[in-house]
Amino acid sequence: MATASAYRSPGFDFSNEIRNNFLSERGVPLPKATSTGTTIVGCLFKDGIVLGADTRATEGPIVADKNCEKIHFITDSIRCCGAGTAADTEFTTAMISSNMELHALSTGRKPRVVTAMTMLKQYLFRHQGQVGAALVLGGVDATGPHLFTIHPHGSTDKLPYVTMGSGSLAAMAVFEAGWRPNMERAEALDLVTTAVSAGIFNDLGSGSNVDACVITASHTEMLRNYVKPNERVQKERSYGFRRGTTAWKSESIRQMVVEEDITFIAPEAMDTS
Amino acid sequence: MPDGSYERPQQRQFNPYSENGGTILAIAGADFSVIAGDTRQSEGYSIQTRYAPKVFRLTERAVLAVNGFAADGNMFVKKVKQRLEWYRHAHAKDMPLRAIARLIQTMLYAQRFFPYYVYNILGGIEEDGTPSHVSHTALVRAHARAHAHARALTHSASALGTGAVYSFDPVGSYEREACRAAGAAQSLVQPFLDNQIYFKNQTPAPGTNHPTHLPLPDVLSIVIDSFTSATERHIEVGDGLEIYVVLAKGRSTQELASIGGLQELSTRAEGDRMFVIRRDLKKD
Repeated sequence: MATASAYRSPGFDFSNEIRNNFLSERGVPLPKATSTGTTIVGCLFKDGIVLGADTRATEGPIVADKNCEKIHFITDSIRCCGAGTAADTEFTTAMISSNMELHALSTGRKPRVVTAMTMLKQYLFRHQGQVGAALVLGGVDATGPHLFTIHPHGSTDKLPYVTMGSGSLAAMAVFEAGWRPNMERAEALDLVTTAVSAGIFNDLGSGSNVDACVITASHTEMLRNYVKPNERVQKERSYGFRRGTTAWKSESIRQMVVEEDITFIAPEAMDTS
Repeated sequence: MPDGSYERPQQRQFNPYSENGGTILAIAGADFSVIAGDTRQSEGYSIQTRYAPKVFRLTERAVLAVNGFAADGNMFVKKVKQRLEWYRHAHAKDMPLRAIARLIQTMLYAQRFFPYYVYNILGGIEEDGTPSHVSHTALVRAHARAHAHARALTHSASALGTGAVYSFDPVGSYEREACRAAGAAQSLVQPFLDNQIYFKNQTPAPGTNHPTHLPLPDVLSIVIDSFTSATERHIEVGDGLEIYVVLAKGRSTQELASIGGLQELSTRAEGDRMFVIRRDLKKD
């Protein structure tokens, strides 16, 4: 057996490509990953950043999760919305969140948004777009509020208002019509809600509820299910099944307690020696 | 290749079909038929319109639901309606439901080598008292015998019609059934119908049997719940629901009295009655 090499090749190990191609040629396709479909948005206002997201996760045309969380925690005053492959956004943001905490302890300074952005873009570029994560990163740090968008191949943009995901066009239409610099918190929240709702109602990959997150220098407020415009109506009938509806072929009842013998023991003090 | 590699030469061609989503379903009762469809028309991740009807009235007692490629669906309905109009002029009567089913088969198969990308479901009232749950070949044999008998009976006022549902594939294979769902959410709705209409995977209470036909209010509840549930889990289903209810001649309309948003399409109170019930579905 050859000794293990100390050289770790960069990025992904693509040796399974040959196996995957072989299998798909013989009718065994790659399993479909859950994608978030999605509308995620971020916008800058007078006191900081407002992030917004819908809550639908899809597997092709089927809704896998009607109320998933797409606004991920990076640090106390930095959050990241994720669109694309759900597993990729989840693990990537969790990894960067963990590294940000270690970095903050190492530097002794409050974490900065550009640090998270740099970590994310370098990770995504190293994987050449194979990690399907499209992110909207926003937060407030010692240098002020910042909002970035990060694409799966690793490119970034620094902007006052951004949208990502399949509903990004619907949401951006709202932003382009309504965004102004130095908005109040209420106006910004309203704009974000309208933008995400545009995605929810006009894009089939987005749906259910609106999540929002307001980040200012003083504190971060996570507004989970801020608006719920798609509650299910009460069903016409209730579908209960009578006991015995499911047929069974054989029945075997066993007594688990074979013999029961109760002995009373005088209570003793706990042995703490 | 789409991933940027250059493994083999590729050829591009115009694709004449597209998929417009949506779901339809039909259930046959003892003396009624229910045919329903959602009203959303989509392409990919976009909505083309929130109201595009997929269920159409053909005659006083026949309703056709079409789903798949909307352009083919709409054109096919136009052509079927045209053939029914020619039949009316030639024979001075409406085409019976089983004949409309056969007509649809021949019209679809005529395009065997460039098919109408449509899944059709025909529902309505069959004029003779033919039993449901009969296979196609058995039906043919039964008709040969029944026709001689029926001519003796003539069109007696007491001959109540039975509910019937016929389902088709894009090239014309068809079968009469008690219930069928088709379209995007077919795989979500059909198993629910199998359980609630055919009582599959359910053993009846000892000493009893499952009913062969369900009453109309139960069927309507099942239809509405099928669509609200399909809307929850399938992105291409939603916006609105249209339910056509066809009642056989002489059947009371009392059970529909309590339903809001009801519209009558039939013109005569003495013939077969047809109603439309419209409901909203979630728009996300």
